Amino acid sequence: MAYPVPGTREPFLATRRQDGWWVVPLAMAATFLVFVVYATWAAFQPREFSHFGPYISPFYSPDLTKWIPGFTWSPALLILWIPAGFRLTCYYGRKAYYRSVTFSPPACAVGKGDRDYKGERALPWVLNNLHRYFLYLVTVLVIFHWFHFFDAFKFDDGFGMGLGTLVVAADTIFLTLYVFGCHSLRHLVGGRIDCYSCAASGLVRHKAWKGVSVLNDRHNLYFWCSLVTVGFGDVYVRMCAMGVWNDVRFF
Amino acid sequence: MSRTVKMKVYRGEQNVGQFHEYDVSIDDGMVVLDVIHRIQATEAPDLACRWNCKAGKCGSCSAEVNGKPSLMCMTRMDTLPQDKIITVEPLKAFPHVRDLVTDVSWNYTVNKKIRPFKPRPKAADGTHRMYQYEVDRVQEFRKCIECYLCQNVCHALRNHGKHEEFAGPRFLARLASLEMHPLDSDDRIPFIKEGGGVGFCNITKCCTEVCPEHIHITDNAIIPLKERVADRYYDPIQMLFRVLTGNK
Ligand code: SF4
Ligand code: SF4
Ligand code: FES
Repeated sequence: MAYPVPGTREPFLATRRQDGWWVVPLAMAATFLVFVVYATWAAFQPREFSHFGPYISPFYSPDLTKWIPGFTWSPALLILWIPAGFRLTCYYGRKAYYRSVTFSPPACAVGKGDRDYKGERALPWVLNNLHRYFLYLVTVLVIFHWFHFFDAFKFDDGFGMGLGTLVVAADTIFLTLYVFGCHSLRHLVGGRIDCYSCAASGLVRHKAWKGVSVLNDRHNLYFWCSLVTVGFGDVYVRMCAMGVWNDVRFF
Repeated sequence: MSRTVKMKVYRGEQNVGQFHEYDVSIDDGMVVLDVIHRIQATEAPDLACRWNCKAGKCGSCSAEVNGKPSLMCMTRMDTLPQDKIITVEPLKAFPHVRDLVTDVSWNYTVNKKIRPFKPRPKAADGTHRMYQYEVDRVQEFRKCIECYLCQNVCHALRNHGKHEEFAGPRFLARLASLEMHPLDSDDRIPFIKEGGGVGFCNITKCCTEVCPEHIHITDNAIIPLKERVADRYYDPIQMLFRVLTGNK
């Protein structure tokens, strides 16, 4: 039996909602725009601005060009596709850009205009099902970020700490909180099990699932915190290296 | 203290109708459903609306209040801007019957397509043992009162009418509660992918936003199902592994 109401194509942005439903998607779209423009510009900048003192910009970590002789472009170009792919396929990231960039839908009970919809069953969005592969890659990057975090205490004149150390720390911590709250990780460590009392190491995996669930509950928050701190990490190091501002050394 | 508010209520049959304005004198503590009842009692005794418990537990009084899918009985008047006209209209994703009443029976036909709980054989000691910590996860979904606000707000149904191919958030949550049950032995993953159409959901979370029971429909039901579907159908390494080991 065909269903009698084939969906109401509400005109684009039509709604009877009276609250400020457009504020959040607008702010998100603006943040994405600033980040993408800046990251694209930064990725094509000369590599000498990628580090300053003990700090390395998160965009350049790890430096794969060491293993590719003759690669003279920025090392950022070899790395950035991994976090970009991770965020584009991230379950929360998808919500954010489906709403704020593709307007599908722009907000709840707000019209999306007359358009076709195949959701995540067809190209291109069906590719978002590969999120777990970006998780595997980005986990390696998290390890590198932790190495850079420890390096950020090693100044030429010995152990120390500067404002840049805190900037690198914020990036490392928020990236870790973001990545370890991933829905695919939550599934992988234990979410996929139905009967924990029957599964091998079921109790441990239930605990792991619970642990990831705690971070997962704030996945949206860590997504934005990490996006801002990773971007600012690059800005900070780059500006120090370009001499625009000076690092503050605490001790 | 009583005061007068302006209400705009959709009146009509089978989508042929218009908004009618009513000036209603209301008292402190009233909810939208009280105001609808007052309109029935004073000006429009033939105004049709569905309700039952007035306690947010029967799921009958779903409507759109100021454009937001809500339970009329749980929407207090003092949470709405009183200086503007307040609109009340029927759900959009279901066939209109009359005034605020829609025909939600499509949901029951979807529900029938879902294969029921199929417990695994009993253990050697004759029991079906399971632990509370294992069923905590699925108990969240049992809070559902079948108000269908989530179905109504979901753009795949509301705007694109995927009713034939997509079960909608309420029934994906039910499917999750069966699939994740420690004792269940059925395999509904192929149905979740095709009949249930989990891929039509783009995890934009409007269902979660409107759910009066605060069920984390997207995070705790739909995304875990998407991951299970990805294991089976979209993960090349797992698929290769299954071919090589001969497992399903
Ligand atoms: S999260 Fe999915 S099921 Fe829920 S409203 Fe959005 S598209 Fe529909
Ligand atoms: S899941 Fe929530 S919104 Fe959907 S029908 Fe159940 S109670 Fe209503
Ligand atoms: S009247 Fe029962 S939920 Fe509103």
